Amino acid sequence: MNKLVLLGDEAIAQAAMDAGISGVYAYPGTPSTEITEYIQKSKLAAERKIHSDWSANEKTAMEAALGMSYAGKKVLVCMKHVGLNVAADAFINSAITGVNGGLVVLSADDPSMHSSQNEQDSRFYGKFAMVPVLEPSNQQECYDMTYKAFELSEQYKLPVMIRITTRLAHSRAGVEQDTVLEENSLRIPEDSSQFILLPAYARKRYKGLLSQQSKLEDDAASLGFNKSIPGTDHSKGIIACGIAYNYYMEIATQHNLNYPVLKISHYPVNSLTVQKLVDSTDELLVLEEGAPLLEELMAGMLKGNYSINGRLNGTLPRDGELNPVIVSEALGIPVEDRLSVPGIVAARPPALCNGCGHIDVYSALGEALKEYSPGRVFSDIGCYTLGALPPYNAINSCVDMGASITMAKGASDAGLKPSVAVIGDSTFTHSGMTGLLDAIIEKTPITVVISDNSTTGMTGGQASHATGRIHQICIGLGLEEEHLVEINPMRKYHEENTKLIARELAYNGVSVILAQRECIQTAIKRKKT
Amino acid sequence: MKTDIILSGVGGQGILSIAAVIGIAAIDSGLHVKQAEVHGMSQRGGAVQSHLRISDKPINSDLIPEGMCDIILSVEPMESLRYIPFLSKEGWLITNSKPFINIDNYPELEEVHAAVKAIKNSVLIDADGIAAEVGTRKVSNIIMLGAASGFLGIEFSALENSISVIFGKKGEALVTLNLQALAAGQNEAKNQLNS
Repeated sequence: MNKLVLLGDEAIAQAAMDAGISGVYAYPGTPSTEITEYIQKSKLAAERKIHSDWSANEKTAMEAALGMSYAGKKVLVCMKHVGLNVAADAFINSAITGVNGGLVVLSADDPSMHSSQNEQDSRFYGKFAMVPVLEPSNQQECYDMTYKAFELSEQYKLPVMIRITTRLAHSRAGVEQDTVLEENSLRIPEDSSQFILLPAYARKRYKGLLSQQSKLEDDAASLGFNKSIPGTDHSKGIIACGIAYNYYMEIATQHNLNYPVLKISHYPVNSLTVQKLVDSTDELLVLEEGAPLLEELMAGMLKGNYSINGRLNGTLPRDGELNPVIVSEALGIPVEDRLSVPGIVAARPPALCNGCGHIDVYSALGEALKEYSPGRVFSDIGCYTLGALPPYNAINSCVDMGASITMAKGASDAGLKPSVAVIGDSTFTHSGMTGLLDAIIEKTPITVVISDNSTTGMTGGQASHATGRIHQICIGLGLEEEHLVEINPMRKYHEENTKLIARELAYNGVSVILAQRECIQTAIKRKKT
Repeated sequence: MKTDIILSGVGGQGILSIAAVIGIAAIDSGLHVKQAEVHGMSQRGGAVQSHLRISDKPINSDLIPEGMCDIILSVEPMESLRYIPFLSKEGWLITNSKPFINIDNYPELEEVHAAVKAIKNSVLIDADGIAAEVGTRKVSNIIMLGAASGFLGIEFSALENSISVIFGKKGEALVTLNLQALAAGQNEAKNQLNS
């Protein structure tokens, strides 16, 4: 069969379709976005009418996926790591309800925070929920493990998590496809109380989940995704998780290292899995992309003077993604002298595009705020977060999806008036609406600027649920019509916009400034097609 | 056979098209390929790079180790310098000479060119100028690919086929234009290296 050249993300998408999913649910988030986009463009998905529209947020995605599983069909739900925080309530409880049709939860982590506000490790969520977690190391494994994950999910009647990181999500290689399986037919759960988490039922189901754990551990040890690779040099044993395995093998091949290796791609890992390696080697190096999850577990499992090296004892950096140089140094192999970057090379950080409406929003808002002391602008997640950088220096916070409105409310409650939120359209429908409802009900003096570019911009221009609906949503939530002010964020309307914003800043209640102008990138794309 | 290439430039300059052409050519030549891209926030006018690895043996790391890169192929001169810790001692730095200036503190261009020339093996190509002669500046990325074509370890004809595959969907005129750009880049590099 011909090899497809696929990103790790695309290999996961292809495998999910080949495994017979009837739907994918997701909200865009780097580095997971390309999974859903690949399915949206796929012929097979079109023929089978596989659901692939974007969800409002990760929680609605996770719940819709659980509903599709309830109805007996196979389903994939994808998100970036911080999206799993949003979906966490549904995710954790989906381990208690269990599944009917195969349910695979894909979480793409971003160590080194290339496009994120933290580098949390989703494997902890898998452990927390007590579900199996697969962690592929390359694109072919992305395919194979996703394909297998649906089978495992239906076998265990549990959701199965797949955890990848940025490098694998966004790296391409040749991938071989497996047989394309049929979709499941509609079939409601045999046990009519399975999905009813009343305490009495939930206690029973939770005991069931607990009793499954030893089977999950045994299978992780025996199904073949965790591999023991023998070696002749027993002065060190290597445990390499997910993509860290590639970095180790790169260095091992280059320097003819011959340590025994345990490649971990399937959790939960029990002590038996690692005991053989521990018994036969003098010390251990644990290579994990992300947090030292396994390293901490090992410290608990292993007694005595056996030495465990990794992120906790400084052998590897405590934060950030791994790379061949870091792994080489952790193995005690110094890296040869390298050329250094000439001093003239200047940083080139990402920036708002020329012709971006967010620029004009910040320029009018900045001028309207001049008469007040600084430190009053709570912003959010999106391209407009770049307003934090010079020359704008326009915002004072960016925490999580929707936090602009609610933080502005809290600050206003504390006495900071005026207090301003700046939020994008897609972020507003993701998690901003409920916060606005809080403020409207209490008539909290805040000014909410919705900078509406009618797309999900930072992730590459996906459809936004908010497009054409923000006015109605705000009125529906109970906003006073006279304090819903629509402005056109263009330089030629700067003075007018500034005056309108200034007027609303002075209002002792909730105002929304709706600044609508199409994203310059989607406008260019639209004109091309 | 192994060629490790870092492609560099500024978001939107077309380095992923270069990567796609080389990637397909390598796969069609029966080689293994891994190519790590940058998506997301950095694409907004920021520095972007792609690690492209080609080998006749399976490839482990998606990232090229520092000091091991055979070619830095850049569509922007200052960006070519950002990645030189990756360049091996005998590696080649091949870059467009035309700067992309979207920051206030961009260094003097003469200094940038001097730093490129200070690398043991380097080629400076006026890709935008040659692209304009070919017909449109939009093909300056393929001019750069042509300039590097002799260093890749892939047959020139495989690159041509790959261009036909990738641009074929968008019409024959675009294929011809890009094939001309590829040849023009190759000629320019040959002329420079022979002089």
